Amino acid sequence: MNPELEIQMIAVIVAVASSLPGVFLVLRRMAMMTDAITHTILLGIVIAFFITGSLTSPLLVVGAAIMGLLTVFLTEVLNNTNLMSKDSAIGIVFPLLFSIAIILISKYAGSVHLDTDSVLLGQIEFAPFDRIIIGGKDFGPRAIYMMGTILVINLVFVVAFFKELKIVTFDPALAAVLGITPTLIHYMLMGVVSVTAVGAFEAVGSILVIAFMVGPPVTAYLLTDDLKKMIVFSSIIGALNGVIGFNIAMQADVSIAGTMAVVTGITFGLVFIFAPKKGLITTMNRRRVQKKQFAANSLLFHILNHEREDDVDYHNSISNIEVNLNWHKGYLDKIIDSLMDNKQIIIENNIIYLTDEGREYSIKSYEDIVGSLKGAYLS
Amino acid sequence: MDIFTLIFTDYTLRIVSIGSMLLGIIAGILGSFAVVRKESLLGDAISHAALPGIAVVYLITQTKNTEVLLFGALLSGVLATFLILSIEKYSRIKFDSSLALVLSVFFGAGMVLLTYIQKMPDANQAGLESFIYGQASTLLKRDINLMLIVGGILVFLIVLFWKEFKLISFDSQYAEILGFSSKKITILLSTMIVISIVIGLQSVGVILMSAMLTAPAVAARQWTNKLSKMVVLSGFFGGISGIIGTLISSMVSNLPTGPTIVLTISIIVILSLAFAPNRGLVWKRIKEKESRRNIDKNQLLFNIYELALNHENIYHSHSIDTIKPDTNRDRESTNILIGRLSGLEDDGLIKRDYFDHWHITEDGISYVENNLLKEGY
Amino acid sequence: MEKEVKYIIEVEDMTVAYNVKPVLWDIDLKIPKGVLMAIIGPNGAGKSTLIKAMLDLIKPVSGNVSFNGKSYKEERKHIGYVPQSESVDWDFPASVLDVVLMGRYGKLGWFKRPKEEDRKKSLEALEKVDMGEFVDRQISELSGGQQQRVFLARALVQEADIYFMDEPFKGVDAKTEVAIMNILKDLKNQGKTVIVVHHDLQTVEHYFDWVTLLNTQLIVSGPVKEVYTEENLNKAYRSKGKILRR
Repeated sequence: MNPELEIQMIAVIVAVASSLPGVFLVLRRMAMMTDAITHTILLGIVIAFFITGSLTSPLLVVGAAIMGLLTVFLTEVLNNTNLMSKDSAIGIVFPLLFSIAIILISKYAGSVHLDTDSVLLGQIEFAPFDRIIIGGKDFGPRAIYMMGTILVINLVFVVAFFKELKIVTFDPALAAVLGITPTLIHYMLMGVVSVTAVGAFEAVGSILVIAFMVGPPVTAYLLTDDLKKMIVFSSIIGALNGVIGFNIAMQADVSIAGTMAVVTGITFGLVFIFAPKKGLITTMNRRRVQKKQFAANSLLFHILNHEREDDVDYHNSISNIEVNLNWHKGYLDKIIDSLMDNKQIIIENNIIYLTDEGREYSIKSYEDIVGSLKGAYLS
Repeated sequence: MDIFTLIFTDYTLRIVSIGSMLLGIIAGILGSFAVVRKESLLGDAISHAALPGIAVVYLITQTKNTEVLLFGALLSGVLATFLILSIEKYSRIKFDSSLALVLSVFFGAGMVLLTYIQKMPDANQAGLESFIYGQASTLLKRDINLMLIVGGILVFLIVLFWKEFKLISFDSQYAEILGFSSKKITILLSTMIVISIVIGLQSVGVILMSAMLTAPAVAARQWTNKLSKMVVLSGFFGGISGIIGTLISSMVSNLPTGPTIVLTISIIVILSLAFAPNRGLVWKRIKEKESRRNIDKNQLLFNIYELALNHENIYHSHSIDTIKPDTNRDRESTNILIGRLSGLEDDGLIKRDYFDHWHITEDGISYVENNLLKEGY
Repeated sequence: MEKEVKYIIEVEDMTVAYNVKPVLWDIDLKIPKGVLMAIIGPNGAGKSTLIKAMLDLIKPVSGNVSFNGKSYKEERKHIGYVPQSESVDWDFPASVLDVVLMGRYGKLGWFKRPKEEDRKKSLEALEKVDMGEFVDRQISELSGGQQQRVFLARALVQEADIYFMDEPFKGVDAKTEVAIMNILKDLKNQGKTVIVVHHDLQTVEHYFDWVTLLNTQLIVSGPVKEVYTEENLNKAYRSKGKILRR
């Protein structure tokens, strides 16, 4: 297999593995914990490195995962003192741990080359060079196996605990009643996030981990209301972001991980604007139409309300309506025109009157929206 | 030569220390408002999002002038803020997701640009990379001047708009009622916070900046309940962590400045959380111990009296846990409690039945009714 | 008998909607000067929305409000507001006095600092709401009822002619309830107009002389003695049973 294909495979595996916990993080409003964890796992890696002396020991993953959980724990502890808000707690814990990591690295591991770029961006470019060779047979890049394993773990976790994750995310009170401890699920999820972050860290660096864990899920969030679909869409989008990003980066000869992050943003942007139901354009159109419809209904209802009164000429004359409703003349004219087109009103002597259809319609639409008050109105 | 002499003789060290101090002060002051408005993570996102702005401006102007680069950071930060708020406003995506998304995408873009710049023939992007981890040691006198000017303007604005900033941070809706434009004031304050972030990047870099915005303010909050004192103290904490961090990192080999500054302010936070009077955790422990010692004999007697009234037989006895329910009582407190009850028994006001059940005596009843009830128990 | 009533507030054709759902629909309301008025209705009926729309905090789809014949913006300095205490983060570093002083900011305008006179008036207001001992207390240490009283004092120092209050009695202790009631009586005696979104049907007759029943639409508005009837309440709450415990 050629290196380019291998890199793309790794990117896809990372993307899918990240989507799985990412969806739940986004739904549980814990997206910024990814920022914290991806930075603090560096400390875990450093400590594990000091213990084992090697940069490839699996203990690194363990150490980093522990550090991820520790980050969550410390944040909770600080938050529970009630001396600061939750976001302040995060903003204090992770820079501290990250600083300690950097200091340790600079001071004691100077001989080990850890350049800033690789921490932030990973070294996916070099992944094909780090291969698993057993008995002379080349099994492929180590990254594929490591991330592949993590992908499987995440998949198993999400499938096995799907019900629990769903309930704990959408209805924590119900979860407590059913005997599902939100805290346990919470820490298990965070453990999965940490392990994924560590694995991905080496390949794509801390920043892209955040992009992959948050970007595709929020993009999918704009495309569906179904949790299962959201996970699937998110995985597909993430994989696409990875592949497209890789190819653009190769063309432009710039950072692969960085480009993948940017592509994540662009994909999101496109969906944000153009998504069929929840996209910006559709939403604004819909709002505009609804607003006009509502304004028309309001006007009809206003006429209806004052129809029977003695001073109907005051209330329902066009000039007074303009003042009382506080609408621009142009706007009012447009609404009046559309109502006349629908044959719901007629105008005589500058006063608006409902037609029979208009009256029927406005009573009905009022009931539809507000509920039956027909009796009360007519009484 | 010891460090203090060095400050006065070594020009670079002096510049760098003063620079870090100024940055710390500015971050501390503006950070107070960010923390009080719960915008710490927004500060984190803006810090990361500043990176592409710096790179783009460099690409366009090819200069490494601090003011120019910082201006790029400012634009990028403002754009990021706008996008974050817009995403939240116009879709069902929540604020934290919006933050994380913009943060990572912008930062990724920044890294792409940096790697692009790296390939350019003339490239000396070491200067640009210093914005990621901070590089206080590259500060120059003209940077100090810039900081003094910007810092001076920011402080002036804070003094000028003090009550307005305080008002909209506490209750922006009420501010509207009073006739203040919450929107305009918020935009001004937010811009000032972004400026302080952008300026602070030079000392600790984009990743750690959120600490400089948050930690001094959180530490200061533990020592005071007044916003004015908090802001001043926060600036102070920010400033000294800048100086101390810089000095320590220059004294010890291989100690990068940015992280050392963050470490310093983190220690200040931890100490504040532990030892500040009234809020500090150590303080609270001491108070709890004191209140244990003051378990009031009269209150105990009155409780026993009240419990007795619940029964036809007023000499019905009750256990300690009924007399003084307390899920947190430890052994020491229980012993003290028993001691108090024994004292009451010695006075003839109550009597012990068996194990630790106690009932009131006639003398006890009359003591309560003649003395305690009058005192307003 | 038709009495010549002076209306200090007139709401005309006000409609407030959230997308297509109207929260307030075509409200016409006239509030006479000097009344102590309760706004009553089921939850979600638009009560808070009504006063927020009148205070220009929410933009209505249609309609307008006039105060003494002028717009809200022009009359703003004569209008005081007591919001619900949940609207604010009480961990904010401020003392009770700090918060009450904020009520004077409207009179000070931009940039100016509070003076001795503002301080004095704030202390007086705190005495009136029986919070005199808490002047320097950090606001996070207050109970719900005490917080409500601080907001009340803050509105009092605005020295307004019209006061809007959003469920001031909700969840407060007996002491606070008494304090608030005394203030309301006091204000009425001074000829002020007070409009209160109220949640407790049973106390309307004790506390108020004017009432507005609201359920997205205006059901009725007028003197309590005339319009606060079982029949009107049933219309407002759309129930068929007895609502009032008399």
